[in-house]
Amino acid sequence: MADIKLAFLIQRPPYKSENPKLGLTHAISYQTVEILLEDGETVTPTVCVVGEGVLGCVKDQKAMELYGITSTEMHVKSCLLVDLDVLVCKEDLARFGISEDMMPDAEDMGADKTIQVVPYAEIQKVIENANHVLFF
Amino acid sequence: MAVLTIGIFSSLVGSMTPDFMFKLSEAALEKGHKVNIWVSGNAVSLIKNHQKHLKDYSTGEKPLAALIQKGVEVCTCEACTLARGIQKPDAVEGVQWNAMHWYLAKVHGSDRVLHMGGE
Repeated sequence: MADIKLAFLIQRPPYKSENPKLGLTHAISYQTVEILLEDGETVTPTVCVVGEGVLGCVKDQKAMELYGITSTEMHVKSCLLVDLDVLVCKEDLARFGISEDMMPDAEDMGADKTIQVVPYAEIQKVIENANHVLFF
Repeated sequence: MAVLTIGIFSSLVGSMTPDFMFKLSEAALEKGHKVNIWVSGNAVSLIKNHQKHLKDYSTGEKPLAALIQKGVEVCTCEACTLARGIQKPDAVEGVQWNAMHWYLAKVHGSDRVLHMGGE
């Protein structure tokens, strides 16, 4: 199979665990995976943010200022910069009271992509169409 | 023969997930399958050498070395490992060091992927 579709399911909050950031950086690494693959082989990741994971999709995080570490927000922006599809569950955003204007974009970094707020049914389709699902 | 790639993210001490991973890998090998193991996050404690096996704690060094001897490819996330103060001379012999794309590449060539998330 030449192209392998991976669904990265980000479901943990952006605190207490490094999982969300690990998930995002693993997805971003698709940019360099070709050096380890044969010609014509590709990996296509899709980032799906669900559950408490949506808490990491709030802009103006102060992780660098307060803890000296890169924020989950910055990782989300990096995903957009490298043209990853980032799908965020609409129902979970509503559950946590997060509106779309509270979410970051990566326009300042020159990204063309933006976060896509979608119903869970659409994320379910991505999961069903993926060759492998990776839970973070 | 199938190819199984395992991504392990749970810490060695405080979680039984790595213990399960060792047993599963051993079972897969016995059935003739190829096994790859990607070690990331807090799981990088698995690859530290000179672990003292106190009976109250799980140990990763011996089972990991045994799996490598049997042909299992084990790779640790270099950034995760160095961030925890484990240097290359501190690692079990035969452990590879690479970036996250190693995992994605192994996933690409696998029949099954078992991703064992962290805490």
